[in-house]
Amino acid sequence: MKKFASLAMALIALTGFASAQTIKIGTIQPLTGAIAVYGKNVTNAVQLAVDEVNAAGGINGKKVELIVEDDSFKPDNTVAAFKKLATKDKVIAIVGALTSNCTLAITSLAQGAQIPLITPTSTNDKVTTAGNYIFQACYKDSFQGKVVANFATSTLKAKNVGILFDNANDYSKGLKTNFEATFTASGGKVSSESYATGDKDFNAQIAKIKASKPDALFLPDYYNAVSLLAKQIRAAGITVPLLGADGWDDAVGTDNADLVGAYYSNHFAKESASSVAKSYMTAYSAKYGYETDALAALGYDATKILLGAIAAADKAGKLTSPGVRDALAATKGSFVTGNISFDANRNTVKSAVIVQIGATDDKKLFTKFVATVNP
Amino acid sequence: MDIVSLFFQQLINGLSKGGIYALIALGYTMVYGIIKLINFAHGDILMVGAYIAYFVFAAWGFTPGSIFVAVLFAVAGSVLLGISIEATCYRPMRSAPRINALITAIGVSIFLENFPRLIPAIGPNYRDLTVPKLFETIHIGEVSIDPLKLLTLVVSLVLMTLLILIVDYSKAGKAMRAVSFDMGASALMGISVNRTVSFTFALGSALAGIGGVLYMLNFPLLDTYMGIMPGLKAFVAAVLGGIGSIPGAILGGLILGIAEALTAGFISSKLMDIVVFGILILILLLKPSGLLGVHRKEKV
Repeated sequence: MKKFASLAMALIALTGFASAQTIKIGTIQPLTGAIAVYGKNVTNAVQLAVDEVNAAGGINGKKVELIVEDDSFKPDNTVAAFKKLATKDKVIAIVGALTSNCTLAITSLAQGAQIPLITPTSTNDKVTTAGNYIFQACYKDSFQGKVVANFATSTLKAKNVGILFDNANDYSKGLKTNFEATFTASGGKVSSESYATGDKDFNAQIAKIKASKPDALFLPDYYNAVSLLAKQIRAAGITVPLLGADGWDDAVGTDNADLVGAYYSNHFAKESASSVAKSYMTAYSAKYGYETDALAALGYDATKILLGAIAAADKAGKLTSPGVRDALAATKGSFVTGNISFDANRNTVKSAVIVQIGATDDKKLFTKFVATVNP
Repeated sequence: MDIVSLFFQQLINGLSKGGIYALIALGYTMVYGIIKLINFAHGDILMVGAYIAYFVFAAWGFTPGSIFVAVLFAVAGSVLLGISIEATCYRPMRSAPRINALITAIGVSIFLENFPRLIPAIGPNYRDLTVPKLFETIHIGEVSIDPLKLLTLVVSLVLMTLLILIVDYSKAGKAMRAVSFDMGASALMGISVNRTVSFTFALGSALAGIGGVLYMLNFPLLDTYMGIMPGLKAFVAAVLGGIGSIPGAILGGLILGIAEALTAGFISSKLMDIVVFGILILILLLKPSGLLGVHRKEKV
């Protein structure tokens, strides 16, 4: 018995010793399911940021350990993943989740447990309202909705826009509301139809939208749904321009000719990249063998912001979750997706870009930069 | 677009949607009719059919030949799967209380949805395939018709007619009706109950397999959970039409599809599912056996 106790003591001492040498952070990403491509790309970027810091000797000599959890784009899985990271792994802070509905499922939990949470890519306006431990590394939907609406009014000269949105998804609903507010304020007319997550037959909604004779269509959803929507919209004989938002990132990977000519707003474009962004893009391609997308760039930024805050907290001798939170709030710097500092509500104020989808002669899709829109 | 063209447009949308629902509903209704089991794994057989078609198309592209091969393989695969599920999972449950068989069916369904996620060739992620435009869209006035949808509806109707012919006029069909009426007595009359039940599963699964190919061509985005929603809607269609009744399943499927499309077209797309399930509740209140269901009196 005594032997056992001393063994247990030794084990506790050993793990205690180990945790003093490493700093654990967690990330929750949709690595399987409907938007697995995003999950993979963003996780790669988060890993890249961690590896870079570790290769440079870690944070003041301490290695950073990244624990990756999969939520399959399902909010209840996000909650389970969060609880695991918070109670079993005891991470100091979390990067995630990727989509707004998943992030919203854990913001009040993170606030309650006082674990700093920085979402790389959840643009919904409600994300940071849970409290002072929640940070958003991307711009908000109220800004993004405005950007797309203004683009529709000024560049496309649209007067009557049809919106097809997912009524069961916070991201889609938020963008629809914000787009509609801006567009109708500038004198435009909006007719909208909704569907539910996972629906595949949109013909009834499309026929109704077609009857309102729109001169552009706004589709605030993720790439898989957008790909199906575009196919059915074109098959129904609607030829007007399609508009989207950052959920379209990677739509070019779907090979869908019906998307050619469509515009969408995004966080960063390769053509307008800064020197920080260029070195990130090179590092990402070198490590993973394919090019980064905008969401991955945000994942990299969010992780860099967090690691910077951890380093600052460590230097000040406050390597605790509240210490990291305070350091996060004081972030100010130049990152891949632009200059980032947090406002009083822990949102970032950044510019957006508009890109257009084109096709090469062998029918491969690509995006071209159209404009930068400042807040 | 005026009201009349919008109505016809939504009618066509609804019919093509309803055609697929009806095709799946037939499988539910036949199995229920014969062994009083709601085969919850039926929607997942559609998924298997769709995946088989996907692999055929991914390997050979879209040609008339590959479509034929895809249908052939999807049907063969679904039939094999349906028969083996029945033989291994449901047959041992046949004399057990009905609730046990029902729970088994739910278990089979969960297995079929999740096991393929472990197989590297299928995996947990969505798969999409760019289906080339097989046909040009037909425009009649302001109504546009995708011939693929029309084809879906025609194929569904032809298969349903074929099924009714088999059940009403073939010897196997006669055995099916006999087993459905009284399993014990038909065994005494020399009908092989096991073979008849297998045949029923084979028929239902074949329809689900073809349904899978049609579904895949219309909505080329696959994942292992893709069978749940159409399966659920088709189950509702089968209950609506009167579970156990073949014409009922067809009627239920078409009503469901048209109700969805017309609700989206003339009321609000947000109310689509509410109206559909509202109709179900209403029918169950007014006519519990469903539209064409027959209420068999218990003989003492």
